[in-house]
Amino acid sequence: MTQNATPTRVAPALAARAVRRGGRGPTADRLISLLLIAPSLIVIAVFVYGFIGFTAFASLTKWNALAPDFSWVGLQNYAQLFSTIRFQIDLRNTVTFTVLFLVVCLSLGFTLAVLLDQRIRGEGLFRSVFLFPLALSFIVTGVVWRWMLNPGSVQLGSTGVNLLLEKVGLGFLKSGWYTDPRIGIKAVVIAATWQMSGYVMAMYVAGLRGIPEELREAALVDGASSFQVYRHIIVPLLNPITLGAMIILGHISLKIFDLVVAMTGPGPGFSSDVPAFFMFETTFRGNNFAQGAGIALILLVMVAVLIVPYLVYSLRTETQR
Amino acid sequence: MTVRPLPWLRPVLYALLVGLAILYLLPVYVLVVTSMKSFAEVNLYRMWDWPARFSLESFVHAWAGSETQGFRGLSHNFWNSVRLGVPATLLSALLGSLNGYVLSKWKFRAADTLFALLLFGMFIPYQSILIPLVQVLRRIGLYGSILGLIFTHVVYGIPITTLIFRNYYATVPGELVEAAKIDGAGILGIYRYVVFPISLPAFAVVMIWQFTSIWNDFLFGVIITPRPAVQPIMVALNNLAGSYIVEWNVQMAGALLAALPTVLVYVVLGRYFMRGLLAGSLKG
Repeated sequence: MTQNATPTRVAPALAARAVRRGGRGPTADRLISLLLIAPSLIVIAVFVYGFIGFTAFASLTKWNALAPDFSWVGLQNYAQLFSTIRFQIDLRNTVTFTVLFLVVCLSLGFTLAVLLDQRIRGEGLFRSVFLFPLALSFIVTGVVWRWMLNPGSVQLGSTGVNLLLEKVGLGFLKSGWYTDPRIGIKAVVIAATWQMSGYVMAMYVAGLRGIPEELREAALVDGASSFQVYRHIIVPLLNPITLGAMIILGHISLKIFDLVVAMTGPGPGFSSDVPAFFMFETTFRGNNFAQGAGIALILLVMVAVLIVPYLVYSLRTETQR
Repeated sequence: MTVRPLPWLRPVLYALLVGLAILYLLPVYVLVVTSMKSFAEVNLYRMWDWPARFSLESFVHAWAGSETQGFRGLSHNFWNSVRLGVPATLLSALLGSLNGYVLSKWKFRAADTLFALLLFGMFIPYQSILIPLVQVLRRIGLYGSILGLIFTHVVYGIPITTLIFRNYYATVPGELVEAAKIDGAGILGIYRYVVFPISLPAFAVVMIWQFTSIWNDFLFGVIITPRPAVQPIMVALNNLAGSYIVEWNVQMAGALLAALPTVLVYVVLGRYFMRGLLAGSLKG
């Protein structure tokens, strides 16, 4: 970068130029550039890193009442959290949700992208249909799917999806959905997939468009079947996109909150509860600030484990380009 | 034609796509049909039936509330979200543009490291900053107000808006900036006369992205504005939907009203919406 080199030795020459254009030489520009970005950097330093530091500190104190109490208790809050049944269920739910959501969303998104990649008539229309749920809020999605997956009752009859299944002769697929503690969080995966699979599709469509025609044609000429072309050429080329999608979906699912609030709440026996919801309730409804801070920090660590290597990797490859 | 499927596969392909499209549209069907039924006709056990006659009663109740049943409508909160979303979006975009400009065209030492540190802020679970955030907003008198929400959204919007602008400006040739420098333009002049005028596409992407995320936000709203009169739309919708006195058709109509602005943005400006989405995966 040429702008980086501003040796002080040439200061007189610079000063002369600065005078020529009204006192705004490169050094002044340098200063202005720092002044422009400084507010954002300071604000992020305080509101992201400073606040995380404070939360970490709070999680090591006795602050479990409305009035702050910063007496040091070490890791006691964490020890207590990990032995709390609700938190254990939450962690299990997070793992279940993340794994299911990733698998279903990636496979569905990939399938949609491949289907759309076959020179389909009305491709734009199909794409819009699969994509528009992304423009919705998780709250809207949650409200709609709560009614969709409301199982109804034995006495009064089925409602929502169950009713539809009955109507089309698939009554044996009826389920208690989120009201069944054995299903719980898995029902939320359905709604989350409805909302987010279009995103994966869009990423894969963009990726597929980037693969040169010649590559596929060469393979076809060499006698490869369509399936083999996908299996051995296209899928490996899409690996970076798969990775990116996994990271994005993964960090969304670790943080999932709104959807659970609007759709199910904690559910019977905390079967659809998640750490973010527990944090919200214990902190802002129960005034257990230290415990809430502990949950928040565990969430942050989980997300950081996923995101930091990816950030480093992305920015490295960017500088290499 | 790229990978040629066998001819008999063609109808199967279309059948699959149409089938999937119908599945994706089912919730929309229920949403629209339910909110257009009259109260007399609304019945949970006939939720898939086509309405006998169209009625806007549900929308009226969801929008204006009902005094007899004693619940608030969404109208007030809808305008709260507008008063929150518009200024926060404009401020975010301006900040992001300036940051992206400096980080791409006026790189200083450690600029890339600082950028990486900035970016991390867009992935953090906001739970990890909520406790001190509430304390600080209380201290500076912004807690419980729309102004506090604007401030919060602008602050936590810095990473994504900076990312999108930085990636966009990286595609602007350095010679353009160099030439302006030789002509004697300073950093602000170059921004004002060279960079800003060609930033429109990036502004579109960022503003759509920010407006959508602010409109759809729930977490900051529910934490920072406990008073119903100040709450943004999604918090109000969640309250409406969580109340046992509100019929489910009114909830559905409310969901539709709350979804309308962002869906409209998506329909009209889908192209830019997509670019924002893909930028979110760092590959802008």
